[in-house]
Amino acid sequence: MSNRSTFRAVAVIAGGRVIDPGSGFDGIADVIIDDKGKIERIERPGRDRRHDRSSGAVLDATGMIVAPGFVDLHTHLREPGREDEETVASGSAAGVRGGFTTLCCMPNTEPPIADQETVRFVLDRALAAPGRVHPVGAITRNREGKSLAEIAEMVAAGAVAFSDDGAPVASAGLLRRAMQYAHMFDVPIVEHCETPELSAQGVMHEGLISTKLGLRGIPAISEEICVARDIALARETGTHLHVAHVSTAGSVAIIRAAKAEGVHVTAEVTPHHLVLTDDWVARDFDPLYKVNPPLRTGDDVMALRQGLVDGTIDCIASDHAPHAEQEKDGEFDLAPFGVVGLETALGVCAKALIETGLADWPLLIDCLSRRPARVFNLPVGEIKPDAPADLVVIDPNEHWTVTPERLTSKSKNSPFYGWELTGLLRSTVVEGRLVHHANGDPGRVLPS
Amino acid sequence: MVVSDRERKAGSAAPAGKGRRTAPVPAATPVVSPPVPPGRLLIRHLLGLEGVCREDIQRILDTAETFKEVLDRPIKKVPPLRGQTVVNLFYEPSTRTRISFELAEKRLSADVVNFTASASSVQKGESLRDTVKNILAMKTDVVVIRHPCPGAPHFLTRATDAIIVNAGDGAHEHPTQGLLDMYTLWERWRSFAGRRVLVLGDILHSRVARSNIWGLLTMGAQVAVCGPATLVPACLAQLGVEVFTNVDVALDTGVDAVNVLRIQRERQSSDFLPSLREYSRLFGIDAARAARLRPGGLVMHPGPMNRGVEITSEVADGEASVILDQVTNGLAVRMAVLYLLCGGQAPTASERESE
Repeated sequence: MSNRSTFRAVAVIAGGRVIDPGSGFDGIADVIIDDKGKIERIERPGRDRRHDRSSGAVLDATGMIVAPGFVDLHTHLREPGREDEETVASGSAAGVRGGFTTLCCMPNTEPPIADQETVRFVLDRALAAPGRVHPVGAITRNREGKSLAEIAEMVAAGAVAFSDDGAPVASAGLLRRAMQYAHMFDVPIVEHCETPELSAQGVMHEGLISTKLGLRGIPAISEEICVARDIALARETGTHLHVAHVSTAGSVAIIRAAKAEGVHVTAEVTPHHLVLTDDWVARDFDPLYKVNPPLRTGDDVMALRQGLVDGTIDCIASDHAPHAEQEKDGEFDLAPFGVVGLETALGVCAKALIETGLADWPLLIDCLSRRPARVFNLPVGEIKPDAPADLVVIDPNEHWTVTPERLTSKSKNSPFYGWELTGLLRSTVVEGRLVHHANGDPGRVLPS
Repeated sequence: MVVSDRERKAGSAAPAGKGRRTAPVPAATPVVSPPVPPGRLLIRHLLGLEGVCREDIQRILDTAETFKEVLDRPIKKVPPLRGQTVVNLFYEPSTRTRISFELAEKRLSADVVNFTASASSVQKGESLRDTVKNILAMKTDVVVIRHPCPGAPHFLTRATDAIIVNAGDGAHEHPTQGLLDMYTLWERWRSFAGRRVLVLGDILHSRVARSNIWGLLTMGAQVAVCGPATLVPACLAQLGVEVFTNVDVALDTGVDAVNVLRIQRERQSSDFLPSLREYSRLFGIDAARAARLRPGGLVMHPGPMNRGVEITSEVADGEASVILDQVTNGLAVRMAVLYLLCGGQAPTASERESE
């Protein structure tokens, strides 16, 4: 039994603007939750809820948005191996503070999640986590890119997708076999698309800024060649390919064409790639802006936003990558890639999409909840009777400033310090339990 | 506290080679905030030449000229940095740059500490931050750093209060080399207007190229850049330079000086070049190519040279070569940089003319 039962049960989320992208519902309503942690019904607001259930809080969501809990397809939880940076429990806690009720954790741990014991280990650790956690298993044994890992065993143990994340499967021959094999179990293959010989120890986007700074560049084609190769394999094998953290305009175009052609390909984009460009690296060579794929140009950022809005890119994924302070505080060349992102994702995406007028709240919520859930076939992401009561309450008008103190992740390597973000996560409910509430005790009774 | 230190140093810093000096006068109409007295540098650290203003570069060139005169004296030492400690923190093997800095520091009467770390110790063991914190705990005033990672000097400015001088950070910048190259030209030309400089060779990996480009553009020269397409970095033309991949075409545009960069032998093994022989034939400066410079044209090389690869001995030791002048000027320029960063003032135009 999960420790979620120690959190307070929620009976009703009342009076909020309920947005359910699955049904297209967008209106003021009450969400009634049963005592098994499932959504019982959605109904007109205004009824006196005090006597609906003997137990369970009534959350007043007046003026707020009520949405399906967010689903992150790309999280690094660092356990096992680097528990000083993050654990399954601490990462999940950071996740629910950012609205993510479900995290899919990548296998680049030490040892990697590349066999069923490690999948079970992570799921065991997830019992102490406030949110749901699904492991992504490695495609290759020990994540070494040399031979196939026991994919079927890991599926049986609970892995929901497969990836050698952090690196692509460099051998096209091996990836072809992996796709053929994974097809039997209907699980997606997730690729970190990069061509190692083109990236050649690069540390940032190859372009004007890398030329100015003298830093080794990672060209856009390093990603695009791999995206094109992997799509060709997906087309041939019929296996579902999910392209992780798309970063270039060229990749968006390749994926758009493949989708038009009917190839089973999906894609994600990170919040930081939707707002940051390589110019940020020129600010004092700060390793907080070192990510892989690297921050690209303004044209790429615009193409990524457009791709998300038109559906070429299916969803937003955090690529939350915690790193110890000492590793991110030194020479840019030597620092590891990655930024934390679970707790800033909503506000950063709102800045990229809503404040620019490119998207409205229903679309942004869709990209964070229902769409990613569908990519990995997870039974969450919708507000409908009998669905798990994984819900978030967002105050869309509340501003907050990102500071290290406000982040609860064990690692603090955020590139967004000092940013004022709009959209505060007021409450997060997982399986009917209040796992996060921004302002202390939510109270039992609605104001009359 | 740092500010008051700098004030104190400024007061005590006697202008080298000059008998007297007007006291620092607060500027009546401050150009920047806080106002910097005329003659002082606006920059606090020398991290690169990108973004350094024309006035600062001119102050350094003017001051270097004053120090160059000191170097011709029987007693080559002046007192402005007496009592100050300079650390030369070298994470990369370097003989000439380190010796040049060390000599410049000693000529200015600074106490000098050399810290040389092997390249491998960058990757493991004590972090750069901890090393520098340790060194600064010994109360040092200036850190001169050479490091294989671009931005390492910028990191030091975040991690410490010391004055930082970049002595070469990876392929980013080598500002004192850029300044000494510019001084060598300015010494002869006295103005960069209408002058055209060709930077030739492995631009991609060259910090010297970047510092030359920024400095020369700021001072009003035209800059042409030439190298094999594999060694020309992305978007280079956007810096405001003309880019060539044929040296003969580049020379035909009229070049007053060519700065010949060292070609690293490992560029061949990593497939940037098929062979040094082919490089030499396509890009090497020989007498025939040197003869196509504009009249009075100059040949520079930051050293160490691969004779017979990027430059022939005939050119390196010939009439147009100013390669040894660069070495001497490097000393004067580094003295000027250290002196000015520690609060000294550049000579005024009238002082220069009164010489």
